Amino acid sequence: MDQNGVPSKKKVNKKSVLIDDRVAEEITRVEELSYEIKIGEVTTHNLISVSPHETMIQVVELFRHKRISGAPVIDDDHLVGIISMEDLIRCLLKSDTNSEVKKYMTSPPTVVKASDPVVEALKVFVNTHFGRLPVLDDEGNLYGILTKGDITMGLLRALQRDYQIEELRRYRASHLFEDIESDRSSLILRYQIKPHDFTNGGAASSNIKRALIRLGAAPMIARRVGIAVYEAEMNLIIHTTNGGVIRVEIEPHRISIDATDDGPGIEDVQQAMKPGYSTATEEIRELGFGAGMGLVNISRCVDNMILESTPGKGSRMRMKIYLNEDSVGEASQSK
Amino acid sequence: MKVAELISIVNGKLLSNGASELDREIKGAFCADLMSDVLASIQPEAVLLTGLCNPQVIRTAQVADVAAVVLVRGKLPPSDTITLANQEKIPLISSPFGMYELSGRLFVASLPSLEGRIIDGQCEC
Repeated sequence: MDQNGVPSKKKVNKKSVLIDDRVAEEITRVEELSYEIKIGEVTTHNLISVSPHETMIQVVELFRHKRISGAPVIDDDHLVGIISMEDLIRCLLKSDTNSEVKKYMTSPPTVVKASDPVVEALKVFVNTHFGRLPVLDDEGNLYGILTKGDITMGLLRALQRDYQIEELRRYRASHLFEDIESDRSSLILRYQIKPHDFTNGGAASSNIKRALIRLGAAPMIARRVGIAVYEAEMNLIIHTTNGGVIRVEIEPHRISIDATDDGPGIEDVQQAMKPGYSTATEEIRELGFGAGMGLVNISRCVDNMILESTPGKGSRMRMKIYLNEDSVGEASQSK
Repeated sequence: MKVAELISIVNGKLLSNGASELDREIKGAFCADLMSDVLASIQPEAVLLTGLCNPQVIRTAQVADVAAVVLVRGKLPPSDTITLANQEKIPLISSPFGMYELSGRLFVASLPSLEGRIIDGQCEC
């Protein structure tokens, strides 16, 4: 990695722990970030520059002392070029170290603008052999120097921020009930389910499961709720005329799920509850649904389930999952 | 068994872009073409072998904590399914073998069945 600044060794190691798999896992996020983040945000500011009239041997000393491999060349506050290790090597090969910097510097240098997104700098790095690019502000003054390493560090910092935000969300969500004092607190999530919308089938249950995990629910509880809601959601998609609504109420001691629709209703609820009984068409079975196990699955995943239906009017299914042992009595009582 | 190992045993092709999920551990296997059967009895962290290719396979997998999905008989799913698999970080693999041969290969490789027994009135999920 091309290191322009002089971070201590310890700092570098700490950051490399963060790099690992996360980079691989977040490739698409990194790509997004390279458009979001501005070059100026990742550029190194504390500039070490040289004058065109310094000698090359002075540059060697400077690079060695500051542990850098390149620097902008400034004359009268103006950026006139850039001098790098490569230029130094050319000079050393000719044993010409007493020459002035202006003889070996790259001039005029390729520059990028601080207000451009990072991806612009990446393009330049890909298309050239340059190890560093001078960054100019909107007035054309030298703003700083950008290396590929700066970009990597900048992106990693941004990724880390992302993770902290997600962690913070989880933390906030999981303490929701502790932080808010009331005689009884609950959180209600509502999802509108469209009829025959197989494309989005299962989206509501995915979202509910994710919300529960964020709220700090045990994975098994989230799974049970996910399965029950998934089956209820598919029932609304497969069987209803106008779709329906799924309402999930989360309380510290229980989760209540209601799935309601306005038709067509179930002729014989008792029969509908029997394993294997299905009214689904061949077309729906080909999609992998209509096995006649939906309601059975739901009743196995929840502690309490009540299905009411009036043909021509609609159905309402109420499901409850109890979250602590004290409520189990309540559950078996109603079962 | 790791996902990478599974892919080689089933001569599979990874359709999703989850290179970082190749290290994920698979505890067993389960076959079904009906999603309710999956939800009814699959245990967490199993690989699901199925002939269904629609996006609901991935939704079901997400809800039921499935570790990876293998499509049988070289089936190629619609792009919606692959997109969802990427989003939910569930490895989606296509294998040229049929369900029977696939199951046999994985069984011989000591991958146990993760099909929970269904006992009426008892929730194992």
